[in-house]
Amino acid sequence: MKARIKITLKNGVLDPQGKAIANALGALGFDGVDGVRQGKYIELELSESDPKRAEAEVKAMCEQLLANTVIENYQFELEPA
Amino acid sequence: MASGSPAVAHVTPDLAAEHGLSSEEYAHLLDILGRAPSLTELGIFSVMWSEHCSYKSSKVWLRLLPTEGPRVIQGPGENAGVVDLGDGDAAIFKMESHNHPSFIEPYQGAATGVGGIMRDVFTMGARPVANLNALRFGEPDHPKTRHLVSGVVAGIGGYGNCIGVPTVGGEVNFDEGYNTNILVNAMCVGLARTDRIFYAAAKGTGHSVVYVGSKTGRDGIHGATMASAEFNDDTEEKRPTVQVGDPFTEKLLVEACLELMATDAIIAIQDMGAAGLTCSCIEMADKGGVGIDLDLDAVPTREQGMSAYDMMLSESQERMLMVLTPGAEEIARAVFTKWGLDFAIVGITTDTGRLVARHKGETKVDVPIDVLANSAPEYKRPWVLPEPPEAIDPSDVAPPESIEAALEAMIGSPHLCSRAWVWEQYDHMVMADTLVRPGGDAAVVRIHGTNKGLAATADVTPRYCAADPREGGKQAVAEVWRNLTATGAEPIAITDCLNFGNPERPEIMGQFVGCIEGMVEACNTLDFPVVSGNVSLYNETNGQAIPPTPAIGGIGLIPDITQIARIAPTAPDQNLVLIGPERGHLGQSLYMQIVLDAKLGAPPPVDLEAEKRAGDLVRSLIREDGVAAVHDISDGGLLIALCEMALAGNIGIELAPYQGNLPLHAVLFGEDQGRYIVAVDGDGQDILTRASESGLPARLLGRTGGDAITMGDESVFPLARLRELHEGWLPEHMRTI
Amino acid sequence: MKSSVIVFPGSNCDRDVAVSLEQLTGHAPAMVWHGEAVVPDSDLIVLPGGFSYGDYLRSGAMAAHSPIMTDIIAKARAGVAVLGICNGFQVLTETRLLPGILMRNASLKFICRDVLLRVERDDTIFTNHYTKGDVIRIPVAHHDGNYFSDDDTIRALEDEGRVVLRYCDADGTIGEDSNPNGSRANIAGVIDKTGRILGLMPHPERLADEALGGTDGAPMFRSLLEALH
Repeated sequence: MKARIKITLKNGVLDPQGKAIANALGALGFDGVDGVRQGKYIELELSESDPKRAEAEVKAMCEQLLANTVIENYQFELEPA
Repeated sequence: MASGSPAVAHVTPDLAAEHGLSSEEYAHLLDILGRAPSLTELGIFSVMWSEHCSYKSSKVWLRLLPTEGPRVIQGPGENAGVVDLGDGDAAIFKMESHNHPSFIEPYQGAATGVGGIMRDVFTMGARPVANLNALRFGEPDHPKTRHLVSGVVAGIGGYGNCIGVPTVGGEVNFDEGYNTNILVNAMCVGLARTDRIFYAAAKGTGHSVVYVGSKTGRDGIHGATMASAEFNDDTEEKRPTVQVGDPFTEKLLVEACLELMATDAIIAIQDMGAAGLTCSCIEMADKGGVGIDLDLDAVPTREQGMSAYDMMLSESQERMLMVLTPGAEEIARAVFTKWGLDFAIVGITTDTGRLVARHKGETKVDVPIDVLANSAPEYKRPWVLPEPPEAIDPSDVAPPESIEAALEAMIGSPHLCSRAWVWEQYDHMVMADTLVRPGGDAAVVRIHGTNKGLAATADVTPRYCAADPREGGKQAVAEVWRNLTATGAEPIAITDCLNFGNPERPEIMGQFVGCIEGMVEACNTLDFPVVSGNVSLYNETNGQAIPPTPAIGGIGLIPDITQIARIAPTAPDQNLVLIGPERGHLGQSLYMQIVLDAKLGAPPPVDLEAEKRAGDLVRSLIREDGVAAVHDISDGGLLIALCEMALAGNIGIELAPYQGNLPLHAVLFGEDQGRYIVAVDGDGQDILTRASESGLPARLLGRTGGDAITMGDESVFPLARLRELHEGWLPEHMRTI
Repeated sequence: MKSSVIVFPGSNCDRDVAVSLEQLTGHAPAMVWHGEAVVPDSDLIVLPGGFSYGDYLRSGAMAAHSPIMTDIIAKARAGVAVLGICNGFQVLTETRLLPGILMRNASLKFICRDVLLRVERDDTIFTNHYTKGDVIRIPVAHHDGNYFSDDDTIRALEDEGRVVLRYCDADGTIGEDSNPNGSRANIAGVIDKTGRILGLMPHPERLADEALGGTDGAPMFRSLLEALH
């Protein structure tokens, strides 16, 4: 199966890159942007086909390596191959 | 010969033209093969005969450059030049352009430029110890400039910082002539032992040809031909061919290669750079006088369905090709596996003299190596040298409203302001051997574990070259020699990166020829051979060529690192002595450009004999511990050089009133060549005597002290104000990207 | 004093810190490849600067899971001194041996220059050769040196006196102007609760030799020698 993982900064954590993107959008004349938060997107190809086991596996991967839960949240969805 | 002719896929003269081959060149190719080429063979010939790989327009002129000297171990023709530093130490260095890729994708273009030049150096057995660069951008306010500056600087830093090689020097210029053709010239200096230098010659048959590093993708296919093509308005379409750099893999590759080089496993080694597998196979086989049979099915690939054409021409980065001694395969495999890198035996050296490549049971390439390597066309293109402009008398150049106003305009201009915003993005201290950091005349790194230092710099003054290519070529070499000397180094050798427009235009070819002739004269007089280099032509867009830009990178040796001169005066009451002529030459000066908005007249002439005498004197003084600081005088003239010294030392200067006959603005801003400012603890009289004995003019300028630069009672320039102007412009300009 | 320097793929200040250790403590450290299972018997383990695993994903994240880390964490918990410099500090936060995280510099740019630091503690094994309040000059070279932790953690660090070094002005003032990377409370280095694990972004090994233009980094190595012999 395929796992699509989104990793974002927790609320309250300063996001200098997001701030820079907001400034750049403003400079380009996009005035309607009230806030920008940026993050990471990761795709995994899993050999596991059981959704329950895959979910547990991806969760462990996020907790242990893919996200730093001091500052980051993660969410993911699984898609059958 | 074992293999049959490769299947001929519908190669037509039109397809050949699309590959950049002229009709004469295609006819020549048919002649060599005695048949039509396969598609892969066409691709191979087109890259090998591209300007970038073959130097077909420049070769006849490059032969004029002196390439030998007592310290030269290897001149041009290998991956990089090698010089002897004594005690078994050797320096290996080269400079190379990555102009077009950096314009299309500044971060990756500049990053892969740095990666490529480092591979050229560690391929030969050297640990890279210093990176430099010479960057030219368009006008500061051109809509693309900020984006390009920001991307190129970040890309150079991103690659060099990650690898852990300090970026210690270079130059950054802005000129409208580069609006649509920026220049990114990267230089790398490495250190090796003289008895462990590795070459490309694949001597002996029956040896394994081994592929190491990253996997092959479709990156940069035809990068080498792109690098030799003129830009036009749909160049943006070429984006997909840009390579992406992976400095982490390159770091592993450096360590793995150096680890294997400590054994006797390697016969020959070559980086896969421009034209990738093709170029590296042909160069290794040609130099070793052998053939190579390649099994393309064994090449590690990272994309599905790659053809022989893709694999032979891919410019994926961070890859090397090696020929191993018999039985060494497993030692080598163990080293590369330890570092987590791909390792594959992809071929064998043969006695056929041919490059044969098979893929999926078919012979895709079967070409004679000797002919392919040495049959590239060679052109002596028509050229005209421009009429050198007349020298302008200093009294004919308008004075400024006030000296204060002129100085403020100049010190805070894009041309003369501090480059700290740039070099603070480069790790210039990693390896913990950087003795002189960026911002001086030349950077100095310690030769690790010794008491010796290596000075390095990169320079050229394109506006001089544009006005008079011969004088400009001379000046570029002389300025490098002078900058090295100003640290106390003995200048040893140079690498060149010759950036010009379309050589098919006689006036551009004339610029090239003139610059080469000037360089030849300077190299000969200063005993300063060229040991490596690169030519980048067709730097033009819609017929608008860049100013001629022969960037020169030089290195020098400091035998004792306790005797290094820096530009910063070290205490109050030090006397400042000017060594060298005062003629007030303002033609093509920055004063003229910034204050008068003109680029007129002849550039300052370089008297090479006087240059040598002045440099030899300054070097002797440094080595006798006779000086507290030294700075050469270049862009902007005397007063700018004095400001740079004052700001570096954070100490003011009291200048004695000028008593001579020249207009004051010509004295302060003239760009006469062959000059140094020396700060001394004593009264400086002995230096005046020594200069006079060497037949050199010299005079006392004033002394250090206070917190301003003062001239008599009239002019006062507070350091704080100068610093604000000098350090403020670039960060402020780049703030709004 | 027996020391070990851990070499991750992508470490690039391993040699620099080894040179300082050898010159200033008289003992060459063992260079230990990250793939090893066990660190040789050591009084001090150094995690050097560099770009372990290219700093891909997050700085220090993958090195924190290198095979050798299991033994390092065990030894650290058993009281072996651990010094993490720059990327080594990032690895220590990723392993949670030290609190917080080093985020992208506020300027978003890599920054390499000398900075001034105020020494906040002179009673640790890392800083006993400095005097509290000293202003020292040491270079930084990083892209991700922006120290972040939540309010509670910052408060705890301050209450427990675990901020060892802070970015400051020439007169020791702590302020926005002297903060090179946006770190909270100008934090440049923190120590763990036991006082045996220090992480710092500046590179003491880069100014510990007169030839390089300064020696303000040297007392850190002398401190360790005195404390750990």
